[in-house]
Amino acid sequence: MADTAVETEWRSCGTRRRSARTVRVAASVTIVAATVLAVLLVPPLVQLDQQAVDLAAKLQPPSWAHPFGTDDVGRDLLLRCVHGLRVSLLVGVTAALTATVIGTAVGATAGALGGWADRGIMRLIDTFSSVPHLLLGIFVVAMFRPGVWPVVVSVGLTHWLSTARIVRAEVLSLRSRPYIDAALSGGASRLRIAVRHLLPAVLPQAALAAVLMVPHAMWHESALSFLGLGLPSHLASLGNLIQNARGSLLAGQWWPTLFPGLFLIVPTLAVAGLAGAWRERINPRRRSELML
Amino acid sequence: MLELRAITAGYERHAPVVRDFSLTVGPGEVVGLLGPSGCGKSTLARVAALLHRPDSGTLLLDGEPVRHWRHRAARAQRTAFGVVFQQPRLAADPRLRLAHLIAEPLYATGRRSEVPDRVTELASAVGLTPDLLTRRPHEVSDGQLQRACLARALVLRPRWLICDEMTAMLDASTGAALVAVVEAYRSTTGAALLAVGHDRTLLNRWCGRTVHWETSCEVPEAS
Repeated sequence: MADTAVETEWRSCGTRRRSARTVRVAASVTIVAATVLAVLLVPPLVQLDQQAVDLAAKLQPPSWAHPFGTDDVGRDLLLRCVHGLRVSLLVGVTAALTATVIGTAVGATAGALGGWADRGIMRLIDTFSSVPHLLLGIFVVAMFRPGVWPVVVSVGLTHWLSTARIVRAEVLSLRSRPYIDAALSGGASRLRIAVRHLLPAVLPQAALAAVLMVPHAMWHESALSFLGLGLPSHLASLGNLIQNARGSLLAGQWWPTLFPGLFLIVPTLAVAGLAGAWRERINPRRRSELML
Repeated sequence: MLELRAITAGYERHAPVVRDFSLTVGPGEVVGLLGPSGCGKSTLARVAALLHRPDSGTLLLDGEPVRHWRHRAARAQRTAFGVVFQQPRLAADPRLRLAHLIAEPLYATGRRSEVPDRVTELASAVGLTPDLLTRRPHEVSDGQLQRACLARALVLRPRWLICDEMTAMLDASTGAALVAVVEAYRSTTGAALLAVGHDRTLLNRWCGRTVHWETSCEVPEAS
C-alpha cells in the first residue's frame, strides 16, 4: 500500500521534472551507446593507421580532412581520440570492476562479522582514506614497469574504499531485519546468510558503485598518464593525448587539448547521468548518501 | 520444557527493555504473553528463540542452560524453535519465491531431498495454492505471505513454536485459519507454544495460560 502511495506522489509532483529527467536519460543513453559503438567498431573497421606520422601536415587546425585537426607530428586527432578512448575505457572498466569486487568483499565481511573485525576493517579504511588516493596510486604505479596493468592495479587498489563503506552500511542495516532472524532460526550458518541473503541484497548498490567508478577510474588513468607515470607515451590514451598537447596549447593550438578533453568529459557525464537515474530507481530516498 | 529465569534484555546496557522476567513453558503447553505495545514482548520472544542475547538471566532448555545465542547457538538448538514474526513483509527475504522461502530451512540444514514433499504438504496445510508458490513476496498479500512464513516455521518440525503477534496484521478469518494450522500441528506433534500478543480475547481463547505483562512492566520515566 505504501509503495503505491509513493508512486502516485512521484507521478503527480510535476510532469515537468519528469520530462527533464527523461531527456537527460535519453541523452545519456545515446552518448554512452555512441561511445561504446565507436570504441568497438571504429578501430577494426576503419583501416587507417592512428600512428601514421605526416610531418607535412603537423598541427593543422580542424578541417574537413582532419575534423579534429592534427597533432605535433601530423597524426589525425579524431582517430587518436577514438583509440585513446578505447584504451581509457578498457582501463576504467577493468579498474572499476577490480575496485568494486574488493570493496564489496571487504564491506560485506566487515558488516556481516561485526564487532572487532568490523572496527578493525573500518579503521584500516580510514587510514587508507587519509592518504590522497592519487598519491597512493602514484606510489603503486611507481613500483612497476609502465603499462596498462599497473594503472589498473593502482586505481583498483585505491578506489575500493567508498564501495566498502556503502556495502558495509547496507549490510549493517540488513543484518537486523527479521528475515535474517528467521534464517538463523532455520539453521542457516553465517556464511550462508552472507552469501544467500546479504550479498544478493547489496548487489544493486555495488553495481551502481561500479558504474559510477568507471568515469572516476578513467580520470585517474588520465591523471597518471598526464603526470607521465601511467601508460607508455606511444599508447594513445586520453591522458597521454592531453599530456602531449600541453606544449602546443601554450603555442596557441587549442585543438589537441580540447578534443581529447571533450572525449574524456562527455562520456563520463553521460555515465554519471545514467547512474543517477538508476540510483533514483533503486533507492529514491538515499540519493545523497551514495555520492562518490 | 522452556524456562526463562530473571531475564533482563534490551538494546542498550543502561536501559533494558525487559527487566527481571521469568516464565516457564511446559511440554506441550500453550502460554500466551499479553501486554501493551512497546513493553518488550517481542524482545522476550527473541530471547526465547535464541535470537537475542539477554544482558542477564538464564534460559533453560530441558534443564540445560543456554550459553550461546544467534549463530553461535548449536544448530540443533536453533532449529528446535519455529518463529513466526509480526510483519511477514520484513520476515521474508524479498528475493525468494514462496516455495523457496518455505524450503529455505531444509536447504540450510542440508535436507534437500525432503524439499518437494514437505513444501507440497505444508502449502496445502496452510492453504497456499500451487500458483502462489511460484510468486515472490511482493506479489502476494500480507495474509498469504504470513501463511508462507508459518509454513517455514513448521518445516523443520520444531518442538517449540514462538508466534510473535502472528495475527496482528491479518484479517480475522486469515488469523483464525493460521491459529487452526498451529493447533493442528500441535495436536500431531505435541509441540509447545509461546504466543505473544496484545489481543486479550484471542489469547485467552487460544492459550491454556495467559501471562499478563502489566504487572511486571515498568514504564520508563522521562529523563
